[in-house]
Amino acid sequence: MSIKRSIWGLHGLAPIWLQRTFALTPFVSLVLLYVIASDYRLEINPQDKLLPSLGQISDSVERLAFNPDPRTGDYILLKDTLSSLSRLGIGIGLASITGLLLGLNIGLIPATRHLLMPFMTFISIVPPLAILPILFITFGVDELAKVMLIFIGTFPLITRDIVLTVRTTPAEQITKALTLGATTTQVIYRIVMPQVLPKLIDTVRLSLGAGWLFLIASEAIASTDGLGYRIFLVRRYLAMDVIIPYVLWITFLGFVIDWLLQQLIAKRFPWYRR
Amino acid sequence: MMNELKTRNLLHLEDVYKSYGDKLVLDDIDLSVAAGEFCTVVGPSGCGKSTLLRIIIGQERATSGTVFIDGKEVGNPDPTRGIVYQRYSLFPHLTVLENVLLGKELAFSYLKRDMAHRQFRDEAMAMLERVRLADHVHKYPHELSGGMQQRVAIAQTLIKRPKIVMMDEPFGALDPGVREDLQLFLLELWEEIGMTVFFVTHDLEEGVFLGTRLIVLSQYYSTEGSKHKHGAKIVADHSLPKNVLSTRVKRAQEFSALLEEVRREGFDPAHLQHIDAFNLKHKDSFATR
Ligand SMILES: Nc1ncnc2c1ncn2[C@@H]1O[C@H](COP(=O)(O)OP(=O)(O)OP(=O)(O)O)[C@@H](O)[C@H]1O
Ligand SMILES: [Mg+2]
Repeated sequence: MSIKRSIWGLHGLAPIWLQRTFALTPFVSLVLLYVIASDYRLEINPQDKLLPSLGQISDSVERLAFNPDPRTGDYILLKDTLSSLSRLGIGIGLASITGLLLGLNIGLIPATRHLLMPFMTFISIVPPLAILPILFITFGVDELAKVMLIFIGTFPLITRDIVLTVRTTPAEQITKALTLGATTTQVIYRIVMPQVLPKLIDTVRLSLGAGWLFLIASEAIASTDGLGYRIFLVRRYLAMDVIIPYVLWITFLGFVIDWLLQQLIAKRFPWYRR
Repeated sequence: MMNELKTRNLLHLEDVYKSYGDKLVLDDIDLSVAAGEFCTVVGPSGCGKSTLLRIIIGQERATSGTVFIDGKEVGNPDPTRGIVYQRYSLFPHLTVLENVLLGKELAFSYLKRDMAHRQFRDEAMAMLERVRLADHVHKYPHELSGGMQQRVAIAQTLIKRPKIVMMDEPFGALDPGVREDLQLFLLELWEEIGMTVFFVTHDLEEGVFLGTRLIVLSQYYSTEGSKHKHGAKIVADHSLPKNVLSTRVKRAQEFSALLEEVRREGFDPAHLQHIDAFNLKHKDSFATR
């Protein structure tokens, strides 16, 4: 007779089908719970807006995603998505490049570190949302201020993370590179930089959460399109049938971006997660 | 005599001291190594062997004293002194071939990298063939065994043709079998290329087997009568015969006799030689006073 092991124990080993079932359980439960609660409320009051039925939600999705807006002819979901993603992409992109360059130089060159590290620590503690009004006043209410908010909100953390990574480079490696004829610049950009790139992508993956936060916050306050703008616009009419699919869509986008970045690491940097 | 050694010999150190805070580690090291020598450095753990090596390659600065290569004072690491460490010699993000090509590639701008690769590929492949790794050139270091990694590291260092190859316990992390294999291999290379090697190890047997000259660095000695601060000094300097290319010598009589002698000179805290009684009769041995 073989020893029985509870699948809930420390050595629990569930078969694949059970693992999959486990993974799906919370999602299915949540949807079921929603449908039941929504049915219940709509039965009492058919005008209820708080928990629209799945049918109402899909009508709204169809209207926003697949039919052009009667006034402007735009596909609203598409337009919102493109606007938001380009703001996020530019903001995070600039933050990554800045964070990488600053991080490398602060991490490797003591003089740069003495010059900039205390300042970077200071900047990273300023709450970005608190300076949002300053950004709107300085950069206007157009794209620039929104991109700047994402940039300012994410680059200090990226920089500090790259500094920490760079500083774990063994002194032996740098000596080794110098004995192979590398100059200081080459040590920074041809020896150390390629090694921190995958780490940069990992850091960006984590910073995207903050990036979305700042994006939606700035769109909520001053914008004419964007995913965050739409959510806060329809909030006035309690249009949960729009808000819920938009939130799911944003979540899905975040998930896909994260997955793509993970794939990029696996493809381009096979040595990274050994 | 000192100046003559400095100009005649490849590596020359004078009055090198190193302390960390209050702790004196290296205590007035005078050392001169001729070109073509396979110089091994042994000593008890923590006596300062690695520190000495780091000072010679320029990874660290001596508290005082000077290092000369070919009679010229040297500082920061540069291609005159190659280095193989126990770990971290290879760049994890480069394949075997790229690691070996790096020393050549860095002489070119990033944009001309491919051209450098094409130009030096044959040389790098020849080097990899020599270290018996021609079948693994497109693997990353983490895909290789420890012994293979060290062979790549040797190839990577040699392609730059340094005047002296420094090694810090390069085989320290390997299994005994692989280790002997690489010891023989290194001796073969040394004979073939006629390179100069400075080899640090805490394994006395390895030091005696490999070297043509054995330096014993130790903090175990007595300075009766003088109030010396007492860091590690070179307490013995042996010239070793080098004729047999087989690990069989390790079982010979004279071999174990020499091991015993060196053990007494440098490794036994209970047996302290007086500072004036060190065996420093090697022809290149000298001491500034
Ligand atoms: N950066 C440092 N700061 C302070 N003390 C140090 C530093 N590096 C080395 N030491 C000390 O200097 C002494 C010599 O160290 P070193 O690494 O050179 O010894 P070693 O002879 O190579 O030893 P092992 O055989 O264990 O490698 C040790 O006591 C060590 O604690
Ligand atoms: Mg050491």
